[in-house]
Amino acid sequence: MLCLGIEGTAHTCGIGIVNSRGKILANASRTYIPEHGGIHPREAARFHAANARLVLNEALKAAKIDIDDVDLVAFSRGPGLGPCLRTAATAARALASWLDVPIVSVNHCIAHVEIGRLTEGAKDPVTLYVSGGNTQVIAFDAGRYRVFGETLDIPVGNCLDVFAREVGIPHPGGPNVERLAREGKHYIPLPYVVKGMDLSFSGLMTEAVRKHRAGSNLRDLCFSLQETAFAALIEVTERAVAHTEKREVMLTGGVAANKRLREMLKLMAREHHAKFFVPPMELCADNGAMIGWTGVLAYRHGVRQKLKDTGVMQRWRTDQVDIPWRNR
Amino acid sequence: MLMKKGAEANLYLEQFARVLHHAGESKVVVKHRISKRYRNPQIDKQLRESRTTLEAKLFSDAKRAGVPTPLVYEVDCVGMRIVMEFIEGQQVKLVLEKMGPKARRNLCRLIGRQVACLHHAGIVHGDLTTSNMILTREGKVYFVDFGLGEYNPSLEARGVDLHLLRRALQSIHFRITEDAYRAVLSGYQQEFGRGAGEVIKRVEEIERRGRYVQKEGRV
Repeated sequence: MLCLGIEGTAHTCGIGIVNSRGKILANASRTYIPEHGGIHPREAARFHAANARLVLNEALKAAKIDIDDVDLVAFSRGPGLGPCLRTAATAARALASWLDVPIVSVNHCIAHVEIGRLTEGAKDPVTLYVSGGNTQVIAFDAGRYRVFGETLDIPVGNCLDVFAREVGIPHPGGPNVERLAREGKHYIPLPYVVKGMDLSFSGLMTEAVRKHRAGSNLRDLCFSLQETAFAALIEVTERAVAHTEKREVMLTGGVAANKRLREMLKLMAREHHAKFFVPPMELCADNGAMIGWTGVLAYRHGVRQKLKDTGVMQRWRTDQVDIPWRNR
Repeated sequence: MLMKKGAEANLYLEQFARVLHHAGESKVVVKHRISKRYRNPQIDKQLRESRTTLEAKLFSDAKRAGVPTPLVYEVDCVGMRIVMEFIEGQQVKLVLEKMGPKARRNLCRLIGRQVACLHHAGIVHGDLTTSNMILTREGKVYFVDFGLGEYNPSLEARGVDLHLLRRALQSIHFRITEDAYRAVLSGYQQEFGRGAGEVIKRVEEIERRGRYVQKEGRV
């Protein structure tokens, strides 16, 4: 069985092709980069619509298959930006009905976890999923992926990106902040916010921008921003590890590219005698392969959907989805 | 003896006589905030120091407000240790789902009343989960961890406090969340009196603000 997965929750238009044994035959994508400012949802959706065909052809070529060989279409139903989700869903519905194959919708956050489990061999990890659009600590318990901590306001990737933009660091914000942070030496105290299991980054971002305007050294600020935000992330992940007593820790999402974050999480995992996993970056970032693979899992375990029940869910929670492919 | 290796501290069960004074007979708990190698040393020191002193103060002020907490025997701000009374009982986390519905509602109502007592005293707990509560044989509920607590009388802080309790119920006790949470709120209202409605309204507002809330729930 070949599954074509379509990802379109935010700025990535991705199409992956995966077979039922979990072999990734193709993972093509194009990423929308705004000319200035953050993602404009409508512009991003327009980008997806304009590039979907190109990405599809690339994926089919890479997988060396014909479009008629596709047996199943999966797409990212949410959470994400409405216009982008609707564009991806429209493409998925059109393909599924034209090919006359079944369609399944996939939760984007869960797909991030599943692709890591597939390629890295993690069995039952506590996952720290950090990107420009999401920040969650996820672990499986009693039939569902439970959220053991999440941001109460902005995601950590957004915190880094907006800070970069506000202080004039060029695109891509996160990686450039990381580069500058390596040259920072002095820690400038910034608000460290952990509220129970949850996190908050908006105050941290505002204060860092304010300190920059007040004349603090930019390299030191980048360093301090990372150290503060990441320490909070690791603390919450550590609490989930201590609570669930799981022995695996996984890092995924776009911010997983950050070497300092990897290093910190690895140290924490070691203190708890837990194995540490990070999928390759092309699978940490938003991609179609993870949607395709999660679609395979769902379909193989009896998930069936009618076209009319595939409306998008912008705020679809990770813990709302039953996971029939995992044992309780 | 290492009792629990928590996320931010190790808990040791010791003899009073060994740790404090030879005349004591009972057991004590030593909470040691351990250094985390993963984080920046300055953040590490600042967090451990402030949480240790603050927690000790919160324990005694909460007790004064009528909420059972362990007695604090010693605070060591250099070694980052708190020596406190050992509370014999069971974690609410372990018993909550095993009880009958009526007993559970009563327990949750009591928890709600105690949270209201804290809020009245200007304290927010910051980490209201059922693993931080010990149910004793006499039916008292001890709040044993104030590591993330603070003095904050604002509506927002109180709202977040209750919201966190609800989130903890959702992630740990998802089978009985709604029933348990309703009982907590009823106890809270009963104890807090005037103004409780405002706090509960704020909780709903905080939930609507969340990133992953369905439209239906956002009315």
